[in-house]
Amino acid sequence: MYKVTVIVKRRSTILDPQGKAVEQGAKLLGYENISGTRIGKYIEFDVDMENETDAEEEVKQFCDKLLANPNIEDFEFTMEKV
Amino acid sequence: MKIKFGIVVFPGSNCDHDAYYVVKKNLDQDAEFLWHKDDDLKNCDVIVLPGGFSYGDYLRTGAIARFSPIVHEVIEFANNGGTVIGICNGFQVLVESNLLPGVLLKNKSTKFVCKDVFLKIENNKTRFSGEIAKSVIKVPIAHGDGNYFADKNIIEELENNNQVVFRYSDSEGNTSENYNPNGSINNIAGIINKQGNVLGMMPHPERCSSEVLNNTDGVSVFESIVADFIK
Repeated sequence: MYKVTVIVKRRSTILDPQGKAVEQGAKLLGYENISGTRIGKYIEFDVDMENETDAEEEVKQFCDKLLANPNIEDFEFTMEKV
Repeated sequence: MKIKFGIVVFPGSNCDHDAYYVVKKNLDQDAEFLWHKDDDLKNCDVIVLPGGFSYGDYLRTGAIARFSPIVHEVIEFANNGGTVIGICNGFQVLVESNLLPGVLLKNKSTKFVCKDVFLKIENNKTRFSGEIAKSVIKVPIAHGDGNYFADKNIIEELENNNQVVFRYSDSEGNTSENYNPNGSINNIAGIINKQGNVLGMMPHPERCSSEVLNNTDGVSVFESIVADFIK
């Protein structure tokens, strides 16, 4: 079994209004050095498979099909054997 | 002859009854609700993917609805030329299903926008717009994620093929960013697929189709669909 954590990021060329709003918040709080704020998603789940390569392939497909929208998002993930 | 409309109901749909009312009561057609867990379109002639917040908009708008059993059938129906209209959340489901290109991002303002807008009819030769006599109609919007976006080449293709059916405008039909409520690229409010059988639009024609609502501009969208079947 593997514990998987996925991070889904909006591609840098795509506008991120949420990130922008949060950055404005940072400025309001006086954090002048903070910039480039982007909001993504953090998702974790377990995969009940023994073979690491097979599990990796399963996770990749799952991310491609559902967790990320390939039109605007990229994903990365880590797997930890438990 | 009556046309049979199938209105898909997801957990979180909230314009399903409005759409049902328009086609059943205003237009005197047949209508039936189609539950998201069903896999039978019940011989419907037209499928409506209604507005709302299917599956709570979790993950991304329309992302989970896209994998429901009924949408599986809707995709097959559309790929065989069946008439499908997606309104608001329905439009979001259509882009997630790849029945229409592009994505609907969060509104540029980050705010949920609920108000009447004017739409310039850019193409009245489609099966969804053939009976729209006016060149500009007033229709309400109510969405947080209606900011249409697609790659430059897709936008070019949409424009060149006259696939942009509705564009945000003023009451005279002038389009500009000033009348764009959500930041949509090229002020796009509604598009059709290349084959002409699938339409997605963010504004809600079903919410302005009765005299009692003081605005009947939206009913012509549904009248167009019916007229196309009868002709």
